[in-house]
Amino acid sequence: MKTSRIVLAAGVVFALPAMAIADSINGEVQKQGINYIAIGMFLAFVLLTLGITRWASKRSASTKDYYTAGGKITGFQNGLAIAGDYMSAASFLGISAQVFTSGFDGLIYSIGFLVGWPIILFLMAERLRNLGKFTFSDVASYRLGQKPIRFLSALSSLTVVAFYLIAQMVGAGKLIQLLFGLDYLIAVVLVGILMVAYVLFGGMLATTWVQIIKAVMLLSGATFMAVMVMKSVNFDFSQLFEKAVEVHPKAGAIMAPGVLISDPVSAISLGLALMFGTAGLPHILMRFFTVSDAKEARKSVFYATGFIGYFYILTFVIGFGAILLVGTNPAFKDATGALLGGSNMAAVHLAKAVGGDVFLGFISAVAFATILAVVAGLALAGASSVALDLYTHVIRGGNVDEKSQMAVSRVAVVVLGIVAIVLGVVFEQQNIAFMVGLAFSVAAATNFPILFLSMYWSKLTTRGAVLGGALGLITALTLTVLSPTVWVDVLHHEVAIFPYKYPALFAMIAAFSGIWLFSVTDNSAKAKAEREKFFAQFVRSQTGLGASGAVDH
Amino acid sequence: MTTEDVHRRIYENPKFQALVKRRSRFAWTLSIIMLLAYYGFITLIGFDPKLLGQPIQPGMVITWGIPAGLGLIFLSFILTGIYVWKANGAYDRAVREILAEAGQ
Repeated sequence: MKTSRIVLAAGVVFALPAMAIADSINGEVQKQGINYIAIGMFLAFVLLTLGITRWASKRSASTKDYYTAGGKITGFQNGLAIAGDYMSAASFLGISAQVFTSGFDGLIYSIGFLVGWPIILFLMAERLRNLGKFTFSDVASYRLGQKPIRFLSALSSLTVVAFYLIAQMVGAGKLIQLLFGLDYLIAVVLVGILMVAYVLFGGMLATTWVQIIKAVMLLSGATFMAVMVMKSVNFDFSQLFEKAVEVHPKAGAIMAPGVLISDPVSAISLGLALMFGTAGLPHILMRFFTVSDAKEARKSVFYATGFIGYFYILTFVIGFGAILLVGTNPAFKDATGALLGGSNMAAVHLAKAVGGDVFLGFISAVAFATILAVVAGLALAGASSVALDLYTHVIRGGNVDEKSQMAVSRVAVVVLGIVAIVLGVVFEQQNIAFMVGLAFSVAAATNFPILFLSMYWSKLTTRGAVLGGALGLITALTLTVLSPTVWVDVLHHEVAIFPYKYPALFAMIAAFSGIWLFSVTDNSAKAKAEREKFFAQFVRSQTGLGASGAVDH
Repeated sequence: MTTEDVHRRIYENPKFQALVKRRSRFAWTLSIIMLLAYYGFITLIGFDPKLLGQPIQPGMVITWGIPAGLGLIFLSFILTGIYVWKANGAYDRAVREILAEAGQ
């Protein structure tokens, strides 16, 4: 009787994360009592990071300092920061929650987020570092028409940043209601203000260090939880799994693939979105310019892959630990047998189960810190797009002084902060499950094809890149609206016009074939000149000649 | 010598051509291993979800999915390690040599 109620409740609450790219907190949450330990620890984090911002502001004199931390971040530090961008609160709580409800599916899902990194390293990292200065548009427009390419990449970057940001803001508001007992509005405003403060005063240096500190806190906290879980089963994995199967309502099914992947087309489309979306996310790509050279850029990816992989193994153990220690404990459940506070609380309850109230406070503070660090990176990426691509190149044709560029950037950060707060409030009650998925699809179908082909294909022309890239962007947006995640779940139609949940496969095909077609048919003199410039770009991308000089000053 | 000349000289250096060929073959080989492993894993699940749900040994709780999934995580880490070791070592030495020959 009890078991069946748990299954029902779990089925209802968990339908969401299993269906969409779960990098967001979804569904209804209940406001909890005010948690003073958590608030205290969080205040300590805020003070520390504001101190760092102050320190960073004194060291950010030039444009280069502001956008790339002067190129002085080491590979190890950058690896932690990249991992930090990836280990959002939603991926920590969402993936451990997914493991808690469906077991093995959570692992399949997290692997998708990891496997893009080796590909980025093998095919892109060193070329990116060797060709770019501040943003990935530097690379994409290296030998192509500055204005059209930068306009398109700014457009798609801002789309990605906006959707990602909404998902994070709404997630932040709900999470803080849950963990700290604060009002949704207060939480969203607080996140917005702190985000603006970090980016406005501390630039990339502060944004990176906030991310590094949070990554270390999150990895330590998660390690502690995983070790405590393993201790409860005498550090024996087969015991962990056996006990979990014994007590889990789905029994043996948690050890096998479940509902996450329903058919091969969806599977591949999701895989493409996760893998190549990562290689097109502006806030991730900008981290390649914060290190001194290609060597450090490669090391960053190596460390990032290690930390992210380790983190996903931890969340897997934590999810199974929650099955044993949270799922069996009535103290963590309401009268219907559902988890207190909703589905994403599995890891948070586990924190209390293994470390008491103080550790619960710590994990809550880490979750909040995580959101702050991720939105700060997004805000900086958005501001660079506005100031460096739109203002400097599209509006002013490259003729600007650093001072006015900086002014535009600062205005952009403040505007982004306000927009983020407003959208966070507007979307509070909306189903935002599709947003991170959309961000990944747009990144995979617009930024990635242009960036990749600009580095690899000598025959690429401006016309091809712009038309093909736009085709990818439009396809990704349209198919997302027509897919079940928006057409049915948000717009409440009966049947989706586009049957698959992830448009990446189709949008990427549209982008690549569009770029190819409009490039090869481009016989203009401009196109010829652009093709002739490829060899010089190629030499630089392979050797870093000219790249280090741009960084040393 | 103009920048254009330097680029031309590097480009025409047989050592440069050899390095580019070697490094890109290496990078693509590792990429293909990674792509095959991952897309093999998820299409396998897409076509036949039961397969990876088989226990490793009869009567055991651990299924083939667990080592396959964890194996993918370790594979990612190991392959990136191999690439960084090779690229930051042998390949970067070759790059420095080529640049030195072009007077850079």
